[in-house]
Amino acid sequence: MTQTVSRPTGARAPLPLDVEAIRADFPILTRTVRDGKKLVYLDSGATSQKPRSVLDAERDFYENYNAAVHRGAHALAEEATDHYEAARRTIGAFIGAPEREIVFTRNTTEGINLVAYALSNAATAKDPKYRRYAVGQGDEIVVTEMEHHANLVPWQQLCERTGATLRWLGLTDDGRLDLSDLDTVINERTKLVAVTQQSNILGTINPLAPIVARAREVGALVLVDGAQSVPHQPVDVQQLGVDFLTFSGHKMLGPSGIGVLWGRYEVLDALPPFLTGGSMIEVVRMEGSTFAAPPQRFEAGVPMTAQAIGLAAAVEYLQALGMDKVEEHEKALTGYALEKLAEIPGVTVIGPPDTVARGGAVSFTVEGIHPHDVGQVLDDLGIAVRVGHHCAWPVVRRYGVPATTRATFYVHTGYDDIDALVDGVRAAQKFFGVDPLDSAEVS
Amino acid sequence: MYQEIILDHYRNPHGRGLREPFEAEVHHVNPTCGDEVTLRVHLDGDTIADVSYEGMGCSISQASVSAMYDLVVGKTVPKALETGEHFMTLMQSKGDASVAEKLEDELEDAVAFAGVSKYPARIKCALMSWMALKDASARALAAAHPTTPAGGQS
Repeated sequence: MTQTVSRPTGARAPLPLDVEAIRADFPILTRTVRDGKKLVYLDSGATSQKPRSVLDAERDFYENYNAAVHRGAHALAEEATDHYEAARRTIGAFIGAPEREIVFTRNTTEGINLVAYALSNAATAKDPKYRRYAVGQGDEIVVTEMEHHANLVPWQQLCERTGATLRWLGLTDDGRLDLSDLDTVINERTKLVAVTQQSNILGTINPLAPIVARAREVGALVLVDGAQSVPHQPVDVQQLGVDFLTFSGHKMLGPSGIGVLWGRYEVLDALPPFLTGGSMIEVVRMEGSTFAAPPQRFEAGVPMTAQAIGLAAAVEYLQALGMDKVEEHEKALTGYALEKLAEIPGVTVIGPPDTVARGGAVSFTVEGIHPHDVGQVLDDLGIAVRVGHHCAWPVVRRYGVPATTRATFYVHTGYDDIDALVDGVRAAQKFFGVDPLDSAEVS
Repeated sequence: MYQEIILDHYRNPHGRGLREPFEAEVHHVNPTCGDEVTLRVHLDGDTIADVSYEGMGCSISQASVSAMYDLVVGKTVPKALETGEHFMTLMQSKGDASVAEKLEDELEDAVAFAGVSKYPARIKCALMSWMALKDASARALAAAHPTTPAGGQS
């Protein structure tokens, strides 16, 4: 008998990206963890690692032109402002948007809260020009059961503040949106539909076109949570035809503390501010103030300048790889992972079983082992995954599991990482004595 | 971290199941991971006559409640809570073996959880049942002595 653990033998089509060359750009991937183990980072869906060019861009800002942007008449302030606004252009072009429609936020969560608070602030705005999208009693907000808490809780809170009603589209057993009651859930009372483009837990890529079409029919705004889509596939806001798109820098090779809210200018211009203070004003008097035009209206205080510049560097890095290639790369890895995980008895993938309209977030359960324990065994082997409910508690509840183990892929992920994952899951089964291939160990 | 004692408690938990009678029932969750425990306390005077529970969660959280059951049933509430404080000390020991050594006699099987203290993300798992016990016993005492609450601030 051979002692070799079973190695995946499935088809490995050449990957679209040069994994070894890319790994060399990520300093953190050279470190070891847990007593010298090679780091296998399969948690990019939580936060991505950063290439050297992003780190260099931030350092360059602090070393050479650090200043508060949009204030001050000195040379550094001018250079800082130029770089900050250039970053806005770069990031806008990445999603097909003009710079004046790009609002910098801390992250996706803040972008969504910005819209939710603007809609309730609209109801009490003094200036009638800000009341166009006011939400109140009798109005409805629509989400889906698939949302990350960031695209659910702010809408629950908006409804509590305004007396509006929250409705949602459910899920099918195979991890997709159930659109069978689309026309009743989205109706004449709907003010806004908030939906994720790609599920952070199921990997599902949602069909936005029918949702957008129905929302348009009833005159509702549409907000797309792009936290898991913008980093992983080409996204063009003109093609989406929606009103808002939010995403986070830290999930797309950029720094933490920077995110983007894109909004159609006409809509942004009709919204009152969320956070108020410096930078976002037009005229301030003791009796009251008027506000700047977008995007400045939504960027109170000295902004996250180095982070915006770092995010622009991340965008340039992704553009150099090509977002279509990034998407294909992750599709190949996802197909391989789904195939290999399906070969392990006792492993169940939660989410679509194939790569059709599906991204590189693979959640699974291992029969007889709690996800925390799976994660712990993997961690001891140097493999970083996420365990738990992934900030999408209604989703795990929908599928009747307490939690899942989730592996997520990115540009530096290769087949070897997935082989390590598969071997690690088998090791966990052996350790906890639930290896269906080795029934002698079952207690 | 996964001592054989922990795995034994996980596979064959002691005292599991919800029983009557009880004076207080609490439900505690770990919001970062969704683990939960429902725990009942039955008092005989100030002595814990029974702790019964149902829960779902990882091996650490499930083994911890089982080991706790062995430690606290038959003890007075103050003594059980003191043991809980010592378990907390063990969880904060960051793997310092001398702490575990000192607490070995008192914590019995629960001293096997010393290894958990090296993994900050898992400490909550081990502590969840002890938090539930503290909460439930305070409520049970308050129910038994409505005029003299036992200092619990649940």
